[in-house]
Amino acid sequence: MILETQTLQKRFGAVTAAADINLAFEREAVVSLIGANGAGKTTFLNMVTGYLRPDSGRIRFDGQDLVGRAPREITALGLSRSFQIPQLFQSLSVRENLLVAEAIAGAERVEEATDALLDRFALRDYASRAAGLLPEGVRKLLDVAMALVARPKLLLLDEPTSGVAADEKFGIMDLVMAAARGQGVTVLFVEHDMEIVSRYAGRVVAFYDGRVIADGAPAQVLEAEEVRRYVIGERAAHAAA
Amino acid sequence: MSALEFILALALAKGLVVLGLLLLMRTGLVSFGQGLYFGLGAYSAALLAHRAGIGDGALMILAGPACAAAVAAVLGLLLARYREIFFAMLSLAFSMILYGMLVKSAALGSTDGFNLHAKTFAGIALPAGGERRVFFAVSVVIVAIVTWALHRYLASHWGRRSAAIRDNELRVEYLGASVYRVVYVNYVIAAALAGLGGAFAALAVGHVDPETTYWTTSGEFVFIAILGGTGNVLAPFLSAALFEALRTVANQYAPNVWQMTLGVAMLAIIMFLPGGLWTLVRRKAA
Amino acid sequence: MNTFLAVVFDGVVYSSWLFLMAAGLTLIYGVMRILNIAHGSLYALGAYVAATLGGAWIAAGHAPAGSFAMLALATLLVGVVMGPLIERGLLKWMYGKDEIVLLLITYAVFLILEDAIKLVWGVESKMLSEPYALPGNFQIGGLAYPVYNLVLIAVAALTGLALSWALYYTRRGKLLLAVIHDREMSAAMGINVDRVFLVTFSLGAMLAGLGGALTAPMIAVSPGIGVEVIVLSFAVVVIGGLGSLGGAALGALMVGIARSVAVRYWPEGELFIIYFVMALVLVARPRGLFSAPEARKL
Repeated sequence: MILETQTLQKRFGAVTAAADINLAFEREAVVSLIGANGAGKTTFLNMVTGYLRPDSGRIRFDGQDLVGRAPREITALGLSRSFQIPQLFQSLSVRENLLVAEAIAGAERVEEATDALLDRFALRDYASRAAGLLPEGVRKLLDVAMALVARPKLLLLDEPTSGVAADEKFGIMDLVMAAARGQGVTVLFVEHDMEIVSRYAGRVVAFYDGRVIADGAPAQVLEAEEVRRYVIGERAAHAAA
Repeated sequence: MSALEFILALALAKGLVVLGLLLLMRTGLVSFGQGLYFGLGAYSAALLAHRAGIGDGALMILAGPACAAAVAAVLGLLLARYREIFFAMLSLAFSMILYGMLVKSAALGSTDGFNLHAKTFAGIALPAGGERRVFFAVSVVIVAIVTWALHRYLASHWGRRSAAIRDNELRVEYLGASVYRVVYVNYVIAAALAGLGGAFAALAVGHVDPETTYWTTSGEFVFIAILGGTGNVLAPFLSAALFEALRTVANQYAPNVWQMTLGVAMLAIIMFLPGGLWTLVRRKAA
Repeated sequence: MNTFLAVVFDGVVYSSWLFLMAAGLTLIYGVMRILNIAHGSLYALGAYVAATLGGAWIAAGHAPAGSFAMLALATLLVGVVMGPLIERGLLKWMYGKDEIVLLLITYAVFLILEDAIKLVWGVESKMLSEPYALPGNFQIGGLAYPVYNLVLIAVAALTGLALSWALYYTRRGKLLLAVIHDREMSAAMGINVDRVFLVTFSLGAMLAGLGGALTAPMIAVSPGIGVEVIVLSFAVVVIGGLGSLGGAALGALMVGIARSVAVRYWPEGELFIIYFVMALVLVARPRGLFSAPEARKL
């Protein structure tokens, strides 16, 4: 198990964002986290990456305890994330964004590594454009590319295709998955688009009201009654008229 | 020394302080307290002559940045945790602490300050009446070297990381780097630059007083930085020269509207020519 | 015991003055997220207008007690005239900008007003001693103190209470609190944030003017009196926590007492002690004693 959480709890005042989350993820797995807004997926992500501190519970990554560590340390341990709203360096060019990431990661040949990444993510055409002026899909790609610079063991993607035009979603996921799989990276991605989920995930974990309500193969989870009602939003067949 | 040479000498000295501000602004910070280090640089140069009996210009020029950097190394530990308004006003407050100490210190001449003279430079005796010329020449050389060095620094990955911090600190941390460390280092460098400027200014004027650390002096440096913009390492010096020239004219003909002119100019730049402010203003997330 | 009383009393007097300075500043920051450097000039304006009106009143032969009314009038004028002038005339167009840019804008306004004051009133000092001298003195521990100091304390206390009551117990006040807490959400709920800003800034200006008007009888009103006020007010506001009225009161008390002790036992350290206290508080509580929670960014 590359990542394990035990009895994770988090409350914000009267709201329970995480109630007794126990999850374990295997190396090189591709897992999708689904759930309506406010169900607890982002809170889970934020706790694992060190942005939030759980009220109680443990998080173990690759044999190390994560609770109480700063995001910086967690990244150094090999856990990287991308962001729902891409977190880029707006005034720097795409190339410079990657150069910054490479320099921080301690790459020996910063320029070469950056060039390789530009090609791998089909960003070469945008290399000199300021990150603040990119189309949304390209922003997402850059955001993920930067997360991969540090050669993480586990990559957490927060809604990698949200805000992206429908016809671009698969293109982006293909690039991201190819790059990740190529490095043997475990991938956890939060997603709302069920087509993307069923196409790319080997396992699905469904959240609702701070709890995990389903966990298993995509076909089963996406058909489960509770998931259909609370996540996908379909009325039960026998709903009162 | 002619009036023009004097203006240029001051422009070089103040330009150094503003160069430090440029570095800070590239990192996304505005310091309203560089006067602290400007004053420290000036006073440490002057005290060498006054108290230690050392009349060597070269040592004075070294004392300025050394003293400033030493203090910044301590204060920076606290200040590097802050941003935006807090950073600005905290740095201001620290400069006011020094101001308060200097003003209340009769031994240091209180509000009058005291004079300084340098008799030698690096051991070589200076021609009587020609000291200021020598310092001016030295300052030109040193400013050129320092500016070039900062330019290289800004183009290096440290410089790029500083700009990244300005744009998105959170991401820098998530990529694995310590923002605090970069801010701290840049703060100390800016302080050293201000200290060097202070030493040069003291030598050019031949006098030091607490006004150097007063917050309005720091405000002037900020104004010069905004006036010239932060796009180029030469901008601080050009805009400092313009500022000094304008100030000389204003003092002569319209001393009572000088501050008003500055205020109006600052508003005009902010509203119509944010080119200088562009590196300062972080674009809000969509 | 006498010395102790004297130090405490001096401290409370100074604290009252500090609180009046800081209240307006912290209110404006809390609601509008603007650190108003022009606060110092508004204070100076309060002093100048008070001195002018009071002087005219006395010169016209009216009862000297009426000079107090002139102080109140000056306060009102500064708030009602300068508030809307600056907020509607300039700030309103700048709200989207970065906090630091807004600070620089208020700094520019400060520079402009400083010279404007010089142009209108010249560089000679103005005096208005009547309100200060009129109520006479009283005794504490064998020392004579001006009753005016009690007036200062009373005004500060009343102002603090009135502001708190207005903020927490009136409907308008709660609107202000809502905006302090979350501007976007308040606007989304239909609160007229524009109007709230105008009222807040004018109120803040009035408070600055009040500080100046009350100070005028105690000093020689001359150019530059507003300059030091800014840094002092900021120190108090930072200690208390930006946007917190209670914090401003507590900060004012701490700084006032500390300074009073310094003045008595270590006069050289008067300015030093104020900023030292500020630095100490910040090391322990980086955002001040009572600060608003930060919204989550991710």
